[in-house]
This record gives sequence, structure tokens and C-alpha cells, in this order.
Amino acid sequence: MAEHNENRAYMKTCYSLTYLMLLPLVLVTCTPAQPEVLRLATTTSTYDSGLLEVIAPAFELAYNVDLDIVAVGTGQAIALGEAGDVDVILVHARSHEDAFIQNGFGSERSDVMYNDFILVGPREDPAGIRGMLNAAEALFAVATAEAEFASRGDESGTHTRERQLWEAIGIDPTGATDWYSALGQGMGATLQFAHERGAYTLSDRGTFLALQAGLSNLEILVGGRSIDENEDPNLRNPYGVIAVNPAVHPGVASEFAQQFVSWITSLEIQAQIGEFGLDTYGQPLFYPDSMTWREANP
Amino acid sequence: MAPTIAPLYSLYGIRKRYGEGFRLDIERLDIPRNGVFAILGPNGAGKSSLLRILHFLEPVEAGELHFSEQRIDYPAPLKLRRRIAMVFQKPVMLSGSVRRNLTFGMRVRKQWHPERFESLLKELDLGGLVNAPARTLSGGEAQRVALARALATRPEILLLDEPTANLDPYNIRLIEHIIKRITHQEGTSTILVTHDVFQVRRLADHAAFMVGGQLVEMGAVDDFFNNPKDPRTVAYLTGELVG
Amino acid sequence: MTPLTEIVLLTLKVSGIALGLATIVGVPLGALLGLSQFRGRSFIVGLVYTGMGLPPVVVGLAVYMTLSRSGPLGDLSMLFTPAAMIAAQVVIALPLIAGISMAAVDGLDQAIRLQLRSLGTSPTQELFSMLLEARLGVLAGIVAGFGGIISEVGAAILVGGNIQGKTRILSTAIVLETRRGNFGLGLALGGVLLSLAFVVNFLLMRLEARWRWRRR
Repeated sequence: MAEHNENRAYMKTCYSLTYLMLLPLVLVTCTPAQPEVLRLATTTSTYDSGLLEVIAPAFELAYNVDLDIVAVGTGQAIALGEAGDVDVILVHARSHEDAFIQNGFGSERSDVMYNDFILVGPREDPAGIRGMLNAAEALFAVATAEAEFASRGDESGTHTRERQLWEAIGIDPTGATDWYSALGQGMGATLQFAHERGAYTLSDRGTFLALQAGLSNLEILVGGRSIDENEDPNLRNPYGVIAVNPAVHPGVASEFAQQFVSWITSLEIQAQIGEFGLDTYGQPLFYPDSMTWREANP
Repeated sequence: MAPTIAPLYSLYGIRKRYGEGFRLDIERLDIPRNGVFAILGPNGAGKSSLLRILHFLEPVEAGELHFSEQRIDYPAPLKLRRRIAMVFQKPVMLSGSVRRNLTFGMRVRKQWHPERFESLLKELDLGGLVNAPARTLSGGEAQRVALARALATRPEILLLDEPTANLDPYNIRLIEHIIKRITHQEGTSTILVTHDVFQVRRLADHAAFMVGGQLVEMGAVDDFFNNPKDPRTVAYLTGELVG
Repeated sequence: MTPLTEIVLLTLKVSGIALGLATIVGVPLGALLGLSQFRGRSFIVGLVYTGMGLPPVVVGLAVYMTLSRSGPLGDLSMLFTPAAMIAAQVVIALPLIAGISMAAVDGLDQAIRLQLRSLGTSPTQELFSMLLEARLGVLAGIVAGFGGIISEVGAAILVGGNIQGKTRILSTAIVLETRRGNFGLGLALGGVLLSLAFVVNFLLMRLEARWRWRRR
């Protein structure tokens, strides 16, 4: 019967409560044989495409370390690096990356790879941008036609690039424009929105290729069928890797972080990156671009 | 002078308001040890409130309550509360079986007296009900369970609030019988609140009469019935409406 | 993708431990609030009721900032571990369990409380006996707490990081698959999550039915 020994039961409860509250901490802090961990914050585009899942096991094996990958928007990835909650970041927003270095959170940025952005939109193309070679020019046409445009609006690398393009033509669409929607969502959700609403949007090519099957209403209007057809240098999307500065956050696994930087820029891994996606999409999703790679393939 | 036994309870200027209009106000009252002390009075006389105060279940606003010549302030020590048991006017059955209800007091005290449990079952004719869900009992059964539950821990003081109201003669006889037995065989001091003048004659050693939250008079039971001093007591005992 | 069983087990482990902790703390806390009168009680009750409507992602943000290496508890290195997810889920479930337990105990007849005291209960015994009388309502609070955390995703992804094989639970896996455009897989995982929640609730309701019978 439950009321039996209630007092003692209460004391017991108090003890087990204390233990249980401490348990998670104990599990985490006091596990003796805790494996070494390297924490990487990266953008959803690199992770969701599956690239990192393909190449990561080789790193874990080679350096006997767990690679914990946190896939978030570029803005959040950089914030995680600034807070010292990850050891290394792999992102694509050059201006943010430079600010990260300037503020001392990392000491060096290395090129890793690139792909490209494309402008997608409804097949009817009300703004008439199909075939344009310059993205800024195309956006100008969209703004002039007041055709609906969907923006990530989430401080991601793609969003940052989109803003730069608008700035280049001196238009700020974020004001009281009813044709411009800042969604604050990921690429997939934004493409889905554009598909449903018949809107234009800026996308990275990889995500569009991966989701294209469900986006029948959208097609690539600026940027061509592959990166070779993309004539606008402003649509190039470079990814950089930065190890978090151990001088700012002494707790970070800086040795592993440095090893990761050397590893992902090495010829072998660069070649793997260049092959990823070929069999599925007929073209790579990312193009190797590390210094080592460029020197070996001039 | 004959040696006097110290009173069980002594009340000095006990006052307490209950909502609008009704208040308990007892200037002076000694309740003797041992035997049955009956409190008579019309509805709203403050009898039930007085029992709760004697059980240390609720605080008073003014005055002093002495128990065995010691002043007790609210909240009273658990040890003291556990020497007292009470049967409420409307007995509350705890969820679960009759057995759980009957053994509850022993369990919270971490005691177990199976022979006490068995004898109470027998004496109050509850043997067939031990495993029944307590909340399905009839009024008389529930009242008997409430009494057995109160007696299970052998209380020194037993407070009874109209224990036989609305019961049939069979249940009344069972309950009165056990009140007499425990008072005289086990030395329990019983304080009995009732409307029933005849019950007081049958059971009580001392009786008191209350009206409107005040004590009117008290005395040994023969004296109380034969020579009532206050006209209100006389009126009540002869069946007039008082209060 | 991490094998499904691993994700299911982690989901159960994280939410189970969180629910256990929140119950152990929240039920007595709710009973205490329901039974006692003290200055500032209504303030605390207001806090609890507000907490019941707290957006989980705000909880996640607060837990993230607490556990971040730059935060006050950064030295524990708890961020991006199941422990961090448990911490966030405890904070989400606690007000639900405490609030509903409080209402359940508060709704009991005061005569029961007097009766318990008369039978010689200490304050602690009184509290637990009152909880026993109010157990159906308390169970409802635990069920609500479970529902609040098993499917929660905002806080879990923020403080857990959705790391494969380590902090990926059903809800965060669904987010990932949706982001990847694998809507079918996401929906299937949603089905698994629903079945899991149903099984747990079914077991809790069997308990409820038994208690309901015994209460008569």
C-alpha cells in the first residue's frame, strides 16, 4: 500500500531526486573513457546534401575522433563559433567570415570548395528574366515588374548574397513592398514557398537539384543548367573553413580543428568532394577549391 | 478537601470568528479526564468548531488552550495530535479499500497491531467489508468504519461529532456499545457532541450545554439533568427551540 | 542516417529521464503550492501557469545560453549532449506537471485534508496522501508533460544539435529529412513518433483505469 512508510519514502524521494538531477551531469562530465570529439558547425546546404556524412567517417577513422556535426544556418553557425561552442566552422558567407577573423574568433580562413547560386522562378516568368546572364540585372527586372520574390531572410549565406545583389542595384526591397517576402526559413522551405506561390528566389544549386522533383512549378532562370553555364561571378558561392581561435576559447579542441582544416583541404578529400553528387545529379554539387587543389590542378 | 484530578483540557478565553456573524467564545471550560464528556446544543452552537480546536486541527484567534496543564499553541506537536482521534460528523472515506482506511492511522504511525484490527472488525461488524471500496459504503457502514478507523490507534482522547445522527437502531446500538466499552475498559477520554438528550443520559459522565458559540453550563450528568441552572438549558432539555 | 532503433531509443531515453525528473520535482512542488498559503504564493502560481505556455524554443535558447561555453555553466561541456536536451525538456515539462498537479490537489475537498490530519499524518504524509487522492489529476499532468516534450523540436535541435548517433531524436530527424526534401521519410518518422506516443499514453491510461476503479 502506497501510504506505507510515507516519511521514509519521502526521504528516499529526496535522495533519488538529488541523484537523478546530478545524473546527466555525472554522465557527461565524469565518464572516464570519453572519446575525443571535434565539433563542426556547418550550414544546412553542406549537411543536408549528404556530403559531410559521406566524407566524415574517413576523418573519424584517420584521427580517432568523433566528428559531431551541427547543421544550422550560417548566421547561427558563426554565432556558435563565436561562443566557443564548436571547434571549427564550415560556412559560406564571405563578409561574415571576414568579420569573424577580424574580431579574433578565428585566425585563418581557408578556401574549401565552391558551387553557385541560381535564380529560380515560375515557368511563366512574369518578370522576363529567363536567359539573363547577370543576376543583379535580373533582380532589377523582378523589382520593376513587382513580381513576387521569396527571400530566406535568415542571415544565412544565401540570404547574405541576396542582400549584396540588391545593394549592388541600389534597391532595398525589405521595406513596405508587398511583392517581397522575407521568410526567415531554410532553403527547402523557401523553395517550397516559391513553388506554391509562383515566386522568384535565390537558391544554391545543390539544394535546388536535390528538391527539384517536388518543385515542378520552378525552373532555373539565371545561372544555366550547370555551373559551367553560369556567367555571373557574383553568383559564385565559396565555402570556407575556420578553426575557432583557442586564444579566445581555451576549451576548444584546436588541435583536431587544425587537423580537420588540413584534412578537408587535402588533395584526397578535395577529389572526393568533386565527385559527390555526380552519379545522382549528373554534375557535382560542390567543386574543390582549396589552395592545395588549385596548385595541383592549375 | 478531596484531591482533584487535573483536567484534561482547560480553555481560557478561547475566541474565534467563523465568517459573518458566527463566533466561538468560551470564557472558561475544564474538561475532565476519563469518562464521556457530552456537549449538547442546537445547530450552530459551535460544538463542531470546538472539537476541531480540541483536536489542534485549527488555530484560535485569542485565548489559551491547555492540555494536561500545559499550554499548547498552534500548530501542536505531531506527537500530541496523534494521541487524539476524531470521528467527523460526515465521515470522509479515503480512496481505496476499507482495509486501507482502517489501517491508515497505524501506517502513518509506523505501527501494526493485527489483533487490534481484528477485534475492531469483529466488534463493529465490518468483517465482510474489509476489501470493499470504502467510497461505496452505506451511511451506517461508513460511520462504523470511521469509528473503527479512529479507534485503531488506541487514542487517549476520542472526539465524536454526532456519531449516530441519521443511523438506524442497529448501528446506534453497535456504536454506543463500543463507546461505553473503550471509555470504561481502555480508559479513553471521550468527548461526544450530540443533539440527542437520551444518548447523553445513556453514555455521559459529564455534560455541557452550548448556545451561540458560548458555554451555558456544565456539570456531572445527574446534576446537569436534575438541576439545570440556566433557563436556556431547561428549555432545550424539555424540547423547546433554543438558539 | 542513424539506424531508426537508435533514434527511437534515444528519444525514449531523453524524454523518459526528463519526464521522470520533472515528475519527481513537479508533483510534490505542485502539491505544496496547492496545499499551502504563504505570501507570494499567487506570484509563484502565476509563474507556474505562465511556464505552462512557455514556447519550447525560448526554453531552448535559455538553456543554450546557460550551457554555452560562453555561458555560466559552460565548463560542464553539456551543450550538444543528451543531458542538455534532458535539461531543456525538464524545464518544458516541469510547469505543466506542477501546474496540473496543483490544480488537482487544490480541487480536493478540504474535508479530506482535515480527515488525514485527524488520522495523524505529518505534513509530509499529508502531502503525499493528498497526492494519492488526487492521482488521476496528477497523472493527467504527467501525460501533458510527456506530450509537451516527446514531440518537441525547437529546443531539442538548438541545445542538442541534431548530431547523428548522439543527439538525433525522432522530432529532430523529422526536421532534417524535411529540410532534405525527403518528405516521405519525414512522414514515416512522424508515424513512428505518433505510435511511440500512443504506446506510452496507452500504458499510462491502463494505469489510470486501474486507479479509477480503486478510487470508488
